[in-house]
Amino acid sequence: MAGLSACSDSGATTTDSEGRTVVELWNIQTTEPSKSVWPERVKAFEAKNSKVRIKLVTLENDAYKSKMTARTSSGKLPDIYHTWGGGVLRQQIDAGLVEDLTPTVSPMAPTFIPASLKPYEFDGKTYAMPIDIGAVGFWYNKALFAKAGLTAPPATWADYLDAVRRLKSAGITPIALAGKEKWPGMYYWAYLSMRVGGVDSMQEAADAEDFTGDSFLKAGEHLKELVALEPFQKGFLGAGYSTPNGEAAVMGNGEAAMELMGQWGPNVQADSGKGIGEDLGFFPFPAVAGGKGARTDVFGGGGGYAVRKGAPQAAVDFLKFFMSPESDRVLVSEAEMMPVVKEAVGALTDPGLKAVSETLGRATGFQLYLDQAYPPAVGQEINDSVAALIAGTKSPEQVARSVTQVAKSQ
Amino acid sequence: MTMTSTDTRSPGQALAEQPDTDGPTRRPFARRLRDWLTPVLFTVPGLVLFGLFVLVPILYAGYVSFFNWGGFGAPSDFTGIDNYTRLLGDPVFLGDLWRGLLLVLLSVGIQLPFALAMAVLLNQKLRGRAFYRMLFFAPYVLSEVITGVLFSMIFAPDAGLADKVLGAIGLDELGGLWFADQDNVLATVFLVMMWKYFGFHMMLYLAGLQGVPAALHEAARLDGAGPWQRFRHITLPLLGPTIRMSVFLSVIGAIQLFDLVWVVTQGGPDHHSETMAVTLFQFGFKRTQIGYAGAISIAMFLISLVFALAYQRFVLRRDTEGALTSMRGNR
Repeated sequence: MAGLSACSDSGATTTDSEGRTVVELWNIQTTEPSKSVWPERVKAFEAKNSKVRIKLVTLENDAYKSKMTARTSSGKLPDIYHTWGGGVLRQQIDAGLVEDLTPTVSPMAPTFIPASLKPYEFDGKTYAMPIDIGAVGFWYNKALFAKAGLTAPPATWADYLDAVRRLKSAGITPIALAGKEKWPGMYYWAYLSMRVGGVDSMQEAADAEDFTGDSFLKAGEHLKELVALEPFQKGFLGAGYSTPNGEAAVMGNGEAAMELMGQWGPNVQADSGKGIGEDLGFFPFPAVAGGKGARTDVFGGGGGYAVRKGAPQAAVDFLKFFMSPESDRVLVSEAEMMPVVKEAVGALTDPGLKAVSETLGRATGFQLYLDQAYPPAVGQEINDSVAALIAGTKSPEQVARSVTQVAKSQ
Repeated sequence: MTMTSTDTRSPGQALAEQPDTDGPTRRPFARRLRDWLTPVLFTVPGLVLFGLFVLVPILYAGYVSFFNWGGFGAPSDFTGIDNYTRLLGDPVFLGDLWRGLLLVLLSVGIQLPFALAMAVLLNQKLRGRAFYRMLFFAPYVLSEVITGVLFSMIFAPDAGLADKVLGAIGLDELGGLWFADQDNVLATVFLVMMWKYFGFHMMLYLAGLQGVPAALHEAARLDGAGPWQRFRHITLPLLGPTIRMSVFLSVIGAIQLFDLVWVVTQGGPDHHSETMAVTLFQFGFKRTQIGYAGAISIAMFLISLVFALAYQRFVLRRDTEGALTSMRGNR
């Protein structure tokens, strides 16, 4: 199949009837407010560059992923395309399909939040322009914390477990969790592994195809300690994330004290539930005593634009323009993106997002979402095994063994 | 051509030409060609589509199932029957088979008798009969996805309609975690399946009941047969073909169950409501282990095929005998 499709010319640049270079950009901004910001950005660029036409192709997230899988195996990528970095981008790079953007990005890098570049860095080179960066942390209900007599967010795992106990004894559901969807539970395991073994241990484990190391076992044990406290809402094993009665709704209706979620958390809470407004606070995942990871290490991910090998120079020019401080400020204030350019941080107004951005700005280490960093099968096995651990059917050792087994079979 | 065709219409003439050395080979050949060409021309579009969208994908899935393949590039890592041996040792897949069997047994053992009872009931002269028929059939018209969303709200622990109603009538004990409970999830899924599909089977039975002559019942009644005897010895045997068809549809439906499970539980908690199709989806689209997913799909295909063929051969045969057309019968 690959051979057949590769027959069509992939290296050439196209021009339109007016002789302008056409650059095709595949994006995933299908919803407002960002949906209308992209065409506006494109016009702003074209106004300055009369010889270039940016052709926007906007696809829904899942449709985009499946279409890109097909395009990748045919070896014919769009000039500029959305990427989440990690394993998928790596595959495309290994297949020789992606332009090395280091010469473009490295002069701009000092103006960026450093963590934003991490998902696209391989062997000291950068393969995409970051356009968005977010992180996972605890969103908590300050009013419920106060009701349980908790004045400050917990800083260590021991404090955290203690806080859970106190919330419980005050008659409050400590944690909302979408057990049906598995990935929210994985966040706990991932963060605990990072805190115990340090950020580097995560990639090392993937490279060595071995997740049976001490740090992963300990992470499992710590998660088991939490599960043993029965901190989750009733029926959490059947709960979805953004569904009615799901994790976000429970949180947004003030029925649970916290959830471990990315920067999109507050929006979904307000969508699925009522939203808790001023009561909502954010704190980073606690440190684990004796662990190698710092409390400032961040787990998260973002979005970036990669350029196909052989794309016209205009594609790179557009990305430089797109992530200039002025442009990123527009993206932050109008499209509700998370700032990548440091100067654009000021454009944030939401206190929750500000807190996330500050956490990212202070990040001493960064780990990309596991389902993006690892091969899909490994990421899914982690989700699956951790879900079983939370449901009480798998031990930490069994989790480590299943994940390792899948990693080795890749 | 028209000349020969009118010629060959008359068998006498064709026989008369037999001794001729030139004619017999040519004319029957032209006729045979024509006989052969017409059906081919008419079936080619259908065959091409069937081949392209049914046969080729099945063969391709079979081919792919012998590789360790991530769906990227062409499959190259040939692993023989590894995917199949892995399948037979995979507790999730073995669990799928067990759960599939349970669903089949529940469907045939509970859903269909219930549908039959309702059909017999609604075949009586009853006030508002058309309304009830419509009411029971309505869920079948809903898509499985909508049904799933609806019931995940109804069976939400505490907050859902089911628990509220049970609470209001003092039966809190019966409520619980529904989809969130590993031990009850499959039963809850079956409950929803039954709600959605019994109306369809009821309609099949109702249609079948129209074919039961009233005269038979009358005669039986005159002979002193009670309602049960009439049901057992008249209705049931005459409904045989319908019931056999309905069992067939029900079993195939249970084997291929996906949408509903995916929406309400995604196979959870911890695989306790997972079906073969859900596992297939997990590996094919979430883990992109296309080779292994191919093996699952082939297993699923074989199970359905073997069941379908065996059922056609041993159970449906008497219903379809003589109804099927064949080339030989046509000539």
